[in-house]
This record gives sequence, C-alpha cells and structure tokens, in this order.
Amino acid sequence: MSYVKGLKCRECGAPYPVEPLAICEECFGPLEVDYDYEAIGRVLTREAIASRPRTLWRYRELLPLEGEPTVGQHTGCTPLVRAERLGSRLGVRELYIKNDAVSHPTLSFKDRVVAVALSKAREFGFEAVGCASTGNLANSVAANAAAAGFTAYVLIPEDLEKAKVVGTQIFGANLIPVRGTYDDVNRLCSEIAGRYRWAFVNVNLRPFYGEGSKTFGYEIAEQLGWRAPDAVVVPMAGGSLITKIHKAFGELARLGLIPEAGTRFYGAQATGCNPIAAAVKAGTREIRPVKPQTIAKSLAIGNPADGYFATGVIAGSGGWSEDVTDAEIVESIQLLAETEGIFAETAGGTTLAVARKLIAQGRLDPEGRIVVAITGNGLKTQEALALAPPASIEPKLAAFEAHIGQRAALATA
Amino acid sequence: MAQTVIIPTPLRRFTGGVETVEVQGSTVGEIFGQLESQFPGIRARLCEENGELRRFINVYVDGEDIRFLDRLETSVGERAEVSIVPAIAGG
Repeated sequence: MSYVKGLKCRECGAPYPVEPLAICEECFGPLEVDYDYEAIGRVLTREAIASRPRTLWRYRELLPLEGEPTVGQHTGCTPLVRAERLGSRLGVRELYIKNDAVSHPTLSFKDRVVAVALSKAREFGFEAVGCASTGNLANSVAANAAAAGFTAYVLIPEDLEKAKVVGTQIFGANLIPVRGTYDDVNRLCSEIAGRYRWAFVNVNLRPFYGEGSKTFGYEIAEQLGWRAPDAVVVPMAGGSLITKIHKAFGELARLGLIPEAGTRFYGAQATGCNPIAAAVKAGTREIRPVKPQTIAKSLAIGNPADGYFATGVIAGSGGWSEDVTDAEIVESIQLLAETEGIFAETAGGTTLAVARKLIAQGRLDPEGRIVVAITGNGLKTQEALALAPPASIEPKLAAFEAHIGQRAALATA
Repeated sequence: MAQTVIIPTPLRRFTGGVETVEVQGSTVGEIFGQLESQFPGIRARLCEENGELRRFINVYVDGEDIRFLDRLETSVGERAEVSIVPAIAGG
C-alpha cells in the first residue's frame, strides 16, 4: 500500500493529485511527494527494514509507488567502504566512501532514480519513456527501459564520453545527441514533453524520480548502524542529490529510526561549472547560470534546477561548498584508486578533491565521521585521464627482470 | 513582423491549450505585456510582484538564456523565437 497523500508545491505549498506533473501552475515551483509520516511511523521499524532483501526497495514505505516495484528490482544497497588508507592520507579519523560506482545495473546512482521513475511510469500506464541526460541517466534509462519493455528516447549533449554513448546505444534506446550543452538539451526536452505523452523521468516524472535519491541517504544511515554521519560531501550537478540525502536523514530522524541528525552538508563542483558553489561562497541562495567548461561532464549543468534548494541545505546545515580544477579532479581520481581500489568517474574525483580542499581550509572537521559520495564509475570517463601506455616486454624471464630492475632503479633514484 | 512564443504546458490553460503564440514586441518585457493583453493573468505566473522573472522559470530568445543577456530588457529580433521553460532536474 501507498503512504503518499499527494503532490505539493515546494515553494508555495499548493496541493496537486498524484499525476505525471512536475511544475506548480501557480508559481512554477517544483512539486514534491507528500507522505503520511504518521502512518509510516506505525509500520516502519529498523527490524522490518533489516528483514528485507538488500535492495533500495527495503525502504519502500518512503518511496512513491502504489504497488509493487516493476523496474529496478535489484538496484541499491551498494557498499559503504571504511576508507582507512585514504583516511590516513587525509588525516581523517573515520572516513567512508559510499560507492555507487558499482550500482546495478549501470554503475551510477542514477539507477536509483530510474528504478523509482520507471516503476511509476508503469503505474501511470506510459509505454514510452525518456530523459535529458549528461550520460549516467542516459545509461540507466536505456538499460532499465530495455529490461522493462519500454520504448526509450534519450537526449544528450553531443560531446559526451564514448562509454556513455555506447552504454546507451547498446540497450536499443533511441539516442539523440543534441548540438549544445545539457541546458540546451533540457530546454528541448521540456518542449518535447509538452507535445508527446511520454514519461520523461526528469521532466514530468521529476517529483517521483528525485525520491529515488533518498535511498542513497537511507543506506548510509543504516550502514553506519542507524546513525547519520557528521558530514557528507556530495557532488552537485542539478543540485538534487544533496537535498535528497538531507531529506533522507531528516525523515529517518522524524520516524525515530536514527537520532536527530545534525549532519553538515558539503557540496562539490568543478570550477568550470560552479554556479551552486559560487552562490554558497557569495553568501546567497540565488543561482547565476554559467556556461560549463569542465572534464566533469556529468556535473556540467550550468543552470541547476535545484540549486536554490541545495544552497539552502548547505547553509542551513553549517556546511560549505567548493569547486576544483580539472587537474585536481584527475589527481583525486588517482588518489582514490591507489588508496582504496575504487575507480570513480570525474564527478567522484571532484567530490574527493573538494573534500581535501575543505579539510585544508579547516571547514571540514577531520575528527568527525565523514562520508564521501561516489556516484559514478571511472570506466565511463577514461578520456579525462592521460595515463602513459605501459611498456610491453618479450615473453622471457630476462626481459621481465630487466623491466622490473629498471623500474626499481627508477623508484630509488 | 511577429515573434513566436512557445508556451509551456503549465501555462497552456491561459492560452486555451495553444502551444505557440504570435506576438509583437521589441523586448522580452514587451512581449510579456502582449501576452498579458491576449491572455489576462499569464504575466503574474511569469513574474514576481516586483516585476522580476520568477526563480523557477527560464526564458530563452533564440536559444539563449535571457539571464545571460539583459533579462526582461533583452531585445527580441524580428522572427525570433521566445521559449518559456520551467526549470528541469539534473540528469
């Protein structure tokens, strides 16, 4: 059964029925799902959750479906890794990596939002689904649509990484690269969504879609032994994820499943696309759009729809936001790989690099319990790295030893 | 010469369901005024009481966000296309 009361405008509070609607007709504010928390509180316990399969659906009372999930049944419950080697490098006592680089089925946290959005699309009776994407969402919509038998229309900026293009095409989606930025793609998708009766997961299904991101936060709290961390560092593109993790901890506290949270929220962006970080640093909630220019293409949204809410969460929690250069992003991808064996995409490099910068600035307390959100896989953004090809050798022991000896000599030189 | 304005779904109840409207004006602000005279009530959905564009609305003139131009003072050429687009989530 469902605990959804309806939709509600996040800005002016106007109520709406549960329909594929995303925008308030009064003020253009985003609509969000309104739950009956009292009823949820009567049935949802730590024990009930712990008894369920290890997928994101173990928190189903807090997700906006009427019936059983029909898409993405195996998504969620990615590892929370205690990062001791990285922690000691950064001087952090208790550091964790929430690792959605190994999300099922398409190796990014977007599998969470798509599981919820496409299950909802089926409940609404849609046969075709779509999205505007910087790549990860494209992969996930295409894969999940294929598995569920939807027709998929996926629009992306034309300059995406090859792995994100191939990783969409392979599922048989109608993939349409657009000559422009993500913000141009968004504008087009909004116009398409106004004309065709398709379920655009981040347009007309946005209120339901966004709720899937909360499971990233629920899992962190459950994996920490039912408590929220002292700080979480989160990449920001449209700015939604950081607000949904904040909402997740707040809901768990409200339901008595964790102690009152008090988590500080830190937002990470690339300097080449930093509209939210710039607003935080300027002490305002108002976002000035930018034209993106960064290797962190999954974060390259110059006009972030949830930026206003992200700045509110960051400032309200006592957190902060920073941005880092492309070189810093690459260096942190390498540091995470070499210390923890986790290969993150450029967004993950951004997040770790910002965490390091905030520690150096004294804004992020290394004595606290810190979670760094890794939301995508480095195999998809290999173009960002410029690793020299390794030298090959003849299949002879002497050649091997000469090679190793040479390397050892170099290392001690 | 007229300009074309693309009306987003949430505003089509003002236009009787029509997707595109032809109006005349030399700036975005003038075009909003023309829209208001044809479809009373529509401007209050686009702008705050102080006249500023609402936070969650993006307006484009031939694909360029007017926040990068002169906002409501942005000039609109003949045959230009003006899009009114609600903010859309990331992806």
